[in-house]
Amino acid sequence: MKKQNHFTLDEKLSDISRRDFMKFCGIMAVSMGLPIGVAPQIAAAITNPKRRPPVIWLHGQECTGCTESLLWTSHPSIANLILELISLDYHETLEVGAGHQAEAAFNNAVTENAGKFILVIEGSVPVKDGGIYCKIGGRPFTDIVKETAAKAAAIVAIGSCASWGGVQSSEPNPTGATGIPEFLKGTTVVTIPGCPPNAYNFLSTILHFLTFGKLPDLDEKGRPKFAYGRLIHENCERRPHFDAGRFAEEFGDEGHRKGYCLFKLGCKGPMTYANCPSILFNEVGSGAWPVGTGHPCFGCVEEGIGFTIPQFTQADVENVTPAAAHAPIRAERGAGVSKGSAALLGGIAGAAIGAGAVIAKRLGDADKGE
Amino acid sequence: MSALDWVDIVSALKADVKATASLAQKLSSWPDNGYTELKESQDRLKTFVGSGQLGVFSSGYWGHPAMKLPPEVNLLAAHHFLQALEYQKNINKVVAILGSKTPHIQNLAVGGVANPINLDSQSTLTMERLYYIKTLIDEVGDFIKNVYMVDVAAVGALYADWTGYGAGVTNYLSVPTMPLDTSGTKFALPGGYIPGDISKFKPITSFKDEYFKKNVKESIKHSWYKGDWDRHPWEEETVPAYSDFEDNGKYSWIKSPTFNGEHAQVGPLANVLCMYAAGHKPTQKYTKKMLDTANAVLSLVGSNARVSLNSLHSTIGRIAARAVRTAVLHNELINQWQLLVDNIGKGDYKTFNKPVFPKGEQRGVGFHEAPRGMLSHWVVIDDGKIKNYQCVVPSTWNAGPRNSTDALGPYEASLVGNPIADPDKPLEVLRTIHSFDPCIACAVHMVDSNSKEIVKIRAF
Repeated sequence: MKKQNHFTLDEKLSDISRRDFMKFCGIMAVSMGLPIGVAPQIAAAITNPKRRPPVIWLHGQECTGCTESLLWTSHPSIANLILELISLDYHETLEVGAGHQAEAAFNNAVTENAGKFILVIEGSVPVKDGGIYCKIGGRPFTDIVKETAAKAAAIVAIGSCASWGGVQSSEPNPTGATGIPEFLKGTTVVTIPGCPPNAYNFLSTILHFLTFGKLPDLDEKGRPKFAYGRLIHENCERRPHFDAGRFAEEFGDEGHRKGYCLFKLGCKGPMTYANCPSILFNEVGSGAWPVGTGHPCFGCVEEGIGFTIPQFTQADVENVTPAAAHAPIRAERGAGVSKGSAALLGGIAGAAIGAGAVIAKRLGDADKGE
Repeated sequence: MSALDWVDIVSALKADVKATASLAQKLSSWPDNGYTELKESQDRLKTFVGSGQLGVFSSGYWGHPAMKLPPEVNLLAAHHFLQALEYQKNINKVVAILGSKTPHIQNLAVGGVANPINLDSQSTLTMERLYYIKTLIDEVGDFIKNVYMVDVAAVGALYADWTGYGAGVTNYLSVPTMPLDTSGTKFALPGGYIPGDISKFKPITSFKDEYFKKNVKESIKHSWYKGDWDRHPWEEETVPAYSDFEDNGKYSWIKSPTFNGEHAQVGPLANVLCMYAAGHKPTQKYTKKMLDTANAVLSLVGSNARVSLNSLHSTIGRIAARAVRTAVLHNELINQWQLLVDNIGKGDYKTFNKPVFPKGEQRGVGFHEAPRGMLSHWVVIDDGKIKNYQCVVPSTWNAGPRNSTDALGPYEASLVGNPIADPDKPLEVLRTIHSFDPCIACAVHMVDSNSKEIVKIRAF
């Protein structure tokens, strides 16, 4: 029997005649305002094994900044992403319908793609007081996340809120804001922290998966190493000033105007793992990242640093003298691929298989051809 | 995003591309309106719809009886929707150059900004950066004036009946913005208050304006917070007391702000009307341009209807005002860039004043005309530490529930009298709510006369 991975419609088709199916496609065409002649085209599309991979996106306690960051990318652009690369089957900000129509779209997307969709979660889950601080369509977000996550093939937490709680989890955390990995303890969750994260860190993770059928290497916090494998301090263009002891002491002072190191202004680059200085933001070239324009990093990606350590508090630095005086500046964190990824897998201890491969298996191998 | 409440993308697939191109060329001299470009957009949409995977578009109201545009206008609008995605991305590059990244700029400092200016350094705001900004500003201007303004006028004209719906609260509040001096008494863009009648406009004139400071209050009678009070932001507290939806009790997380004891609408419409009333020339110019274009389209299609300044008090008026404000802001952006360059030329590189916090209790307020309307932050500082901090934000003004006198808030009032062709698919409600550009992920509830809830609508 031919295996259908992305869609259960073929299974349904075995129970209904082709004539009924064509009738359904005809009704669908009419309801979309299309000429009846396109029905065969729709029928072909629905049974096409090369369907775009389904993505369902949930919003919890957040500001939608992560979503917004995706509106400003070029490779791919938002239009290319949604129209040609993935099938964004549910997304509250971008959803055209609302109310009952939006809820029906959500339920259809989850049911029809059960076990096969990528679930992206933006925002934290407020767990205090029975979840009353975030309800959607009358239901607590806590319930929605649990139910939807159980049917997902892979879960990606976008932004610091979804990754570890973000700004709302700062003391005294009045709503009990919790990140997805902690809320869904025991489940593999890829995290892309940042406030918002660089859109390419998210897109590259998804595109890596779609292209190679597996996730990129992750660290012990579920973060892709290509984006979070190095300290900001290690790729910072102002590092030579740090090593030479040239610091800005106040915004607008002589050192600041000469582009000196912002360590004394509280820069958290020495404690923060992120690729901001190498990838930069919004495709405008030179200096487009916080330190580049003269503002200290506040560690927005790092739990326990961002929104926690005061902005002007000086960072802890492990290596304050030039690398020549030491052995390697800093070893790779973790002991390579399988240790970090395997830790996420729980039950599969010691197996020489990465989290990405497991998720790929669950998602099905339709994209690998017949 | 709200364009899709009015524009039927699926109908665009049936459009005659040649007829669309000729219509487009009648409306505007925009170069990307040719047959080839339009055909490319239509083919792209055909492939997408033909894939059967409609994604977020599957829940749309395609073919809804309230969708009135001919296929050719739908195609033209869809074509420009795709182009607008590019332009909004490009103008945000200006924000990233100055703000480190966007969204969530990271260049603000208490007392100024963290951007040093030094034309002789490699690491600061340099001549190259300044001209990159200038170029991006110039490019988006062409799109705003030749596409965005024209499309809104044309689509608005074809939906001219919507000038009769959605006015709601017609008190308008807006604040002066883009200060031209360090004391905050001279502004590039004026603001003020319109108490229902534009001829009674009262200006707000400085960052320390007493009339503004004294008259802002918030009520929690119908909000999920403990107690029932009307307080000035400096005196407020925020203690949650959730009770689910009570028809006559508490039903919202949003507090209910008032000015002079009454609800006020904020946003581009409030801003445009206040600037118009204050005699701001560019605002008057672009408002006239918008109305003239809409009237030209009305006569082109043989309609006897005409629009005027009064038509702006409506759902479609809010959308038109957003386009007018965009043109006005673009105009001002060019001025602001020149002012910055002039200052640099004079050797004025100051970007930061170190703040001092005197002992004892200090009370302050900062305000700004944000994209969705007037934003104010109220702070009480005691011996250098924050004791109370309250944000009274644009969507709170508009989406707030009934106040302490049970008067309806702007969203609520604007829905009264909206036509609804199909109660199961109340597209018309979305049109009015989306016209405010809501920055909330909360529910709008419609209740029928027997207090039975019939429709729940998510508004984003």
